[in-house]
Amino acid sequence: MIMAKATNTNQTLFPMWEGFNEGSWQKEIDVRDFIQKNYTPYIGGDEFLSPISKKSEVLLKKYEDLLLEEKKRGGVYDIDTENIASLLSFKPGYLDKENEEIVGFQTDHPLKRIVNPFGGMRMAKSACEAYGYTISPNIENIFNYKTTHNDGVFRVYTQEMLKLRKSGILTGLPDAYGRGRIIGDYRRVALYGVDMLVEHKNKDFLELEKGDMDEGKIRLREDIHRQTAFLKKLKGMAEMYGHDISKPATTAKEAIQWTYYAYLGAIKEQNGAAMSLGRVSTFLDIYIEKDIKAGIITELEAQELIDQFVLKLRMARQLRTPDYNELFAGDPTWVTEAIGGTGTDGRTLVTRTSFRFMHSLYNLKPAPEPNITVLWAQDLPENFKTYCSKVSIETSSIQYENDDLMRPVYGDDYGISCCVSAMTLGKQMQYFGARCNLAKLLLVALNGGRDELTGESVGLDMEPINSGKLDYDVVLKRYLKYIDWLAKAYVNTMNVIHYMHDKYAYEKLQMSLHDTVVERLMAFGIAGLSVCADSLSAIKYASVTPIVDETGLITEYKTEGEFPKFGNDDCRVDDIAAYLVKYFYEELIKTKAYRESVHTLSILTITSNVMYGLKTGSTPCGRKSGEAFAPGANPLHNREKHGALASLNSVAKLDYKYCRDGISNTFNVSPSYLGKNNATVQKNLSTILDGYFRSGGHHLNINVFDRETLLEAHKVPEKFPFLTIRVSGYAVKFGVLSTKHRQEVLDRTFFDKG
Amino acid sequence: MAIKKPTQLSLNVASIETLGTLDGPGLRTIIFFKGCPLRCKYCHNADMLSFEGGEKWTIDSLVTKCIKYKNFYGENGGVTLSGGEPLTQQSPSLVLLIKELQKKDIHVVLDTSGFPFSEEVLSVVDLVILDVKHTDKEAYLDLVGVPIDDCLKSLEYLKKIGKPFWVRQVIVEGITDNVTQILKLKELAQGAEKIELLAYHKMGVNKWKTLGLKYPLENIPATSKKTMDKLNALL
Repeated sequence: MIMAKATNTNQTLFPMWEGFNEGSWQKEIDVRDFIQKNYTPYIGGDEFLSPISKKSEVLLKKYEDLLLEEKKRGGVYDIDTENIASLLSFKPGYLDKENEEIVGFQTDHPLKRIVNPFGGMRMAKSACEAYGYTISPNIENIFNYKTTHNDGVFRVYTQEMLKLRKSGILTGLPDAYGRGRIIGDYRRVALYGVDMLVEHKNKDFLELEKGDMDEGKIRLREDIHRQTAFLKKLKGMAEMYGHDISKPATTAKEAIQWTYYAYLGAIKEQNGAAMSLGRVSTFLDIYIEKDIKAGIITELEAQELIDQFVLKLRMARQLRTPDYNELFAGDPTWVTEAIGGTGTDGRTLVTRTSFRFMHSLYNLKPAPEPNITVLWAQDLPENFKTYCSKVSIETSSIQYENDDLMRPVYGDDYGISCCVSAMTLGKQMQYFGARCNLAKLLLVALNGGRDELTGESVGLDMEPINSGKLDYDVVLKRYLKYIDWLAKAYVNTMNVIHYMHDKYAYEKLQMSLHDTVVERLMAFGIAGLSVCADSLSAIKYASVTPIVDETGLITEYKTEGEFPKFGNDDCRVDDIAAYLVKYFYEELIKTKAYRESVHTLSILTITSNVMYGLKTGSTPCGRKSGEAFAPGANPLHNREKHGALASLNSVAKLDYKYCRDGISNTFNVSPSYLGKNNATVQKNLSTILDGYFRSGGHHLNINVFDRETLLEAHKVPEKFPFLTIRVSGYAVKFGVLSTKHRQEVLDRTFFDKG
Repeated sequence: MAIKKPTQLSLNVASIETLGTLDGPGLRTIIFFKGCPLRCKYCHNADMLSFEGGEKWTIDSLVTKCIKYKNFYGENGGVTLSGGEPLTQQSPSLVLLIKELQKKDIHVVLDTSGFPFSEEVLSVVDLVILDVKHTDKEAYLDLVGVPIDDCLKSLEYLKKIGKPFWVRQVIVEGITDNVTQILKLKELAQGAEKIELLAYHKMGVNKWKTLGLKYPLENIPATSKKTMDKLNALL
């Protein structure tokens, strides 16, 4: 074994590491240390970037043809109904072997999807059936003898949990599909090779033989066993493509390929809703710069490698049911890549490869994936800030998150899971908790525990508050009681789900790319915050009278008079929103979370704001039954009357301290509102980002286009095949959204002149 | 009754736009004051002409409001006083507002027609955007309804005291779009940091209709990009 005795600390342990600066990364698994000791910050502009290579151009064309075919076939190109999701179940696949610098697909053919019954058989079956496929009887038979995650959860769900789920107060729970959100530190495979990772896991395994065997230790030992088994499978998977990844990568091409294999293994094994990539660009830059210096590759070839890597990421697919698409529209995979940020030592983490990554949006045209997330720090290089603004204006494909806010909590080597959730790579994992509908809960609270749409009890019965003008103090007191109850039930529901997911659908490969002892975050979520804030504000500052049906159920509210609305930088209502978030978080942490996890909270809806709206009756703020909520933490559609910055200031008042899982804000602005010429528009956009983040804002999706363009694309989607927009923590091709989702996007606030 | 502190004096505000990018450098909070003595035929803020209505804002509250956006002002943004015609506000109050903002390190721009001439205000603001609506005396009177004298006096004064200023003008077909007029403007604007020609647009028409007023330029089209390019080339 190469690693057996490292007697001389200055000695390079692998020949592949020659030329790198030494560090503790050579003795321990520590990718961050490797990056810090070896990367080259870049403060220049975009002038060095190369156009698309000939080879990539050929691949792009083939990919676009496949996309068209996929669309023609109703959104799914093909499904492999014979094999079960795993790393070695599928033969190698190619798009065009001769031109592929980076290889590997989930199945033996690009865009062909995998059946993954580990989350739940019913879901897998109905997803196949929705697209005209039938799952092989062989798979069904095998799973007759296997408990799925979904089976496990429903064995132990309580009556209360079932009711909350049914009423839609808790929705989108990962109890029938892969929970996702976990980010393997895929870079480890490139830096160390699989063998060294296995060796470290074996060491941890032996360490756990000491002392008594309690439940935690037994579980962890079994986890490690499963992790190493899958690391070995990963090696086998790469071998099928002709690569030996037991040792570290030598060249940039290998580093990208090894990293991609690790990610590919993860998306073969798991079908999690969000399977983020992490933060690979600056890591890969070290290899690229080394190769360029050594004359091994040119800039054109460096860009080719990145473009081809990105193209592969764009071709990741998961098999979903139509129901699922209601929640997460546009077939997203959330291959989120975090770019930029500042190191704890003050050096920028921007490198040339940060630019190369973003430049793929030009070479390969704009697209939603990978979900490019810029970690914005006040002291990012000016050239990079300007470049980001330019890319936002020209592609509306990137999102921004506040590095200065996250770095003190997560350090300088964190990734973004899904849309807005930060976690330290390889050291933290997350139990995804979807979200609860706090707006609906307010209606339920007033109705004394009855669902405002069905009249059925959702679990906690009280006298309704349904006659005469509503009194703010009475309503708030009642609402908080329901929040207390929900918070407890929500944590308990999550505990059940994640216990079972760990047991029956454990992420073996992804967890093998973490330290053995990880910090676990349990991520809860809120939907409908602006609806709650406006409704409580209406009750406090205007006059709200419930209208009841013959059974005493409140079906409508009569709201008279003016009241402050969230999104206008008015403390009277903004403080209500901030208070609710704090209160809810403080209630959540009162109930112990599974496996010692730390409670976190997000205000994020993905596109489920439409579905949540559908399932929520009329609210005191004047929103009618069935109308969509605003996405994430956004103010309700078109309620902002004091311009864009007032709106941003309102959202920035929500305290990240209580929302460590992220506060999503989506911002639509017309270019003419931002200035008179391109240079001014770019500068102004970057100043807005500086300002929002300096004010404590956490996340911003930026769309820069005219509403007219969207209206046109709504009418004639074929005319705008590449029109990509940020919806809520991720981007979609506008044309693939359902009419309902497109309409909701059109109804959103657009900041425009006049 | 207690005597009010001067900063509790109020000004009459029509509205506040928190993200202004078109009236002065950088990102700006635009305070639109209510009321204007001019009657420009193309006025796109007709709802701000009357001195009636509006919201009374004390100087203190305006300063507090603007400070909320200071994080967004960046290197060169700040506050722009616009309207309506800001110079018709009580000038001691306006001067005090400007000084209070400047005390907080906020850059203040005055967006004005220069009518009525106000030495006190022009001398304290950081930058003046002077709208010279026409360079011909009679055409000016016809277009805006007040004489050109205060505008010219303001211009002379700005040059005299060396105050940074921009000159702007709205280009309307058949009224301001001729070459001689533009060359005259260029000559008048000597010393200006910038001359901005703004294309006449019809976005303000509905405001006239809502107010039950007849729109004077009903038949004149929005100015084309071609005309704008041609005239801009002269500058």
